[in-house]
Amino acid sequence: MAVKDYIRERFFPQMWCPGCGHGIILNGLIRAVEELGINKNDIVMVSGIGCSARISGYLDFHTMHTLHGRALAFATGIKMSRPELNLLVPMGDGDALAIGGNHFIHAARRNIDITVIVMNNRVYGMTGGQFSPLSGYGSLATTAPYTNIDHPFDAVDIAKSAGATFVARSTTYHIRQLTDLIKKAITHKGFSVVEILSQCPTYYGRKNREGNAYEMMELMKQITTPVGSKAKKENPDLVETGVFVEIDKPEYCAQYEKIIERAKKDGLVRSPSTGRGRVSPGLG
Amino acid sequence: MNEKNIKFVQGNEACAEAALYAGLNFFAGYPITPSTEIAELLSVRLPQTGGKFIQMEDEIASICAIIGASLTGNKVMTATSGPGFSLMQEALGYAVMAEIPCVIVNVQRGGPSTGNPTHVSQGDVNQARWGTHGEHSIIALTASNHQDIFSTTVDAFNMAETYRTPVILLFDETIAHMRESLAVPEKGALDIVDRLKTSVKKGVDFHPYLPREDGRLPMSDFGGIHRYNVTGLFHDMWGFPSSDPKIVHGLLRHLVDKIENNVYNIARYKEYFIDDARTVFISYGSSARSALHVVKNRRARGERIGLLELQTLWPFPAAVVRKICAEVQCVIVVEMNMGQVLQQVKMAVDDPGKVFLANRIDGMLITPTDIRNIMRVIQGKGV
Repeated sequence: MAVKDYIRERFFPQMWCPGCGHGIILNGLIRAVEELGINKNDIVMVSGIGCSARISGYLDFHTMHTLHGRALAFATGIKMSRPELNLLVPMGDGDALAIGGNHFIHAARRNIDITVIVMNNRVYGMTGGQFSPLSGYGSLATTAPYTNIDHPFDAVDIAKSAGATFVARSTTYHIRQLTDLIKKAITHKGFSVVEILSQCPTYYGRKNREGNAYEMMELMKQITTPVGSKAKKENPDLVETGVFVEIDKPEYCAQYEKIIERAKKDGLVRSPSTGRGRVSPGLG
Repeated sequence: MNEKNIKFVQGNEACAEAALYAGLNFFAGYPITPSTEIAELLSVRLPQTGGKFIQMEDEIASICAIIGASLTGNKVMTATSGPGFSLMQEALGYAVMAEIPCVIVNVQRGGPSTGNPTHVSQGDVNQARWGTHGEHSIIALTASNHQDIFSTTVDAFNMAETYRTPVILLFDETIAHMRESLAVPEKGALDIVDRLKTSVKKGVDFHPYLPREDGRLPMSDFGGIHRYNVTGLFHDMWGFPSSDPKIVHGLLRHLVDKIENNVYNIARYKEYFIDDARTVFISYGSSARSALHVVKNRRARGERIGLLELQTLWPFPAAVVRKICAEVQCVIVVEMNMGQVLQQVKMAVDDPGKVFLANRIDGMLITPTDIRNIMRVIQGKGV
């Protein structure tokens, strides 16, 4: 299918600023879905609030634009109800790791089969350039006019330690890798996270003198290195890209199907340690 | 009624069982006293019927999960108490705005804040109405005994589907933890309203927010044959965001009107000895039990006294209250707060000067003796 078959032209022109990296992520995402050959009707996209969250409206999937930080909670209800659907949750840095941080780690812990795309532009763009938990120590923002004294999260580290079973990182400079990682994440059975560094020339770039979109993307090329590379050992400040985690672990919805089977079979609640059953409590 | 159907249960159990009777197949929740038994019971019962139960990381996630699950075509519920209900307010507004049916149980405990978790209160009446931000309307129901908890819970699910709205069940700690007998109705004895689904066929454009001629909005299961957008922003008939003043005005008016224009259909109340009453109690929930006790006692002595028990608190049945109070000399609102329903009654009646409050706010159930003592003061007889 052509790219335009995946978008809702009625909804265009999109509202992102000139030079914004989010359009590149939109492009990569569409290519990933196209290359995987997934039917548009089998994809549900749930987003939160912010610049990143507007991506859902532009795509011709089943789309739900929800509350700031809560997209994963809505998506959990949908995935539990319709496990056969592919759940994509694009999130901004605030959505994922500030207001939505709790939902992020708990969805990862459950290993529910949802794909999260963290569109990390290191700034709250929609509200005009305030710092986020991913802005970084020493950066400038409209709410950090002297300097930002907040230390940042590393989205990959958090996803890893919270239990995500697929964790990867790319940037808008690495469009082919970005597409490839989204494909892997969607195909992965379990909670998958792809962090994509995206540029915000309007707020982050201007405030932090990183230049225009082209210069910001050039910088992303310079500060990144493939995971496990020699360069990282020599220069620990480099940001690694690629796949960090790819493991098998029981997936939440599949596990719940087994609970249903057991509950239907004998109506007994069995102790996992002794195997002894007792009649289920309640009115039944 | 089959004797086997008579159970001796907690109010929370009656609520959970009624939800299943109404077709509940998805529950998400977070434990909180005094509502936890609802979650515990449903964690056992839902998978037995093929339904799903999930314990989320907090109350915010719980209500968001049920909204998502409802959109895919499930009947959904969450249960909480004051602090959790406070956390749910933003998402409650989302369900109002996106018109997604869901049932939220708030078993009231003492507040504000952590308050008095294991004790009774009716302090969340106004929060149920105005807790979420922005203009809107809401349905909130309550009950004073287990049989009514059952039928009211079924009603809540029916109204959620009929009006495409969240419905709040405002129970209280006393009624939720008290045990009494419940006759579980036979299947089919109570009406069940199923989701109104669109007749628009696959491949044909479906407008999720285009009302039919009768004002109702048929739904298409999210993730099913129609692809559409849902948002908490003001939106057009496609579900796409819009700040066009005409669209904003029209949608807000629709959200309020669909409930306020049906106040007669939504109103549930019980009258006890109202016909010739000179004094009328207005009460609800467990307070109504004490009020009814006083009424029966005084009637036996020939006093002309009655009780209006409200089961619908929102939209407030002002016309019903006005009519019943028109001829009476004294109206006493019995509730366990500082007069949240009292204010509504004062606004509804022609002469607010004859409306008094009999309340208790210390975490103890208001007793018939409390009511009698307050009546003496109202009547000028002293303590």
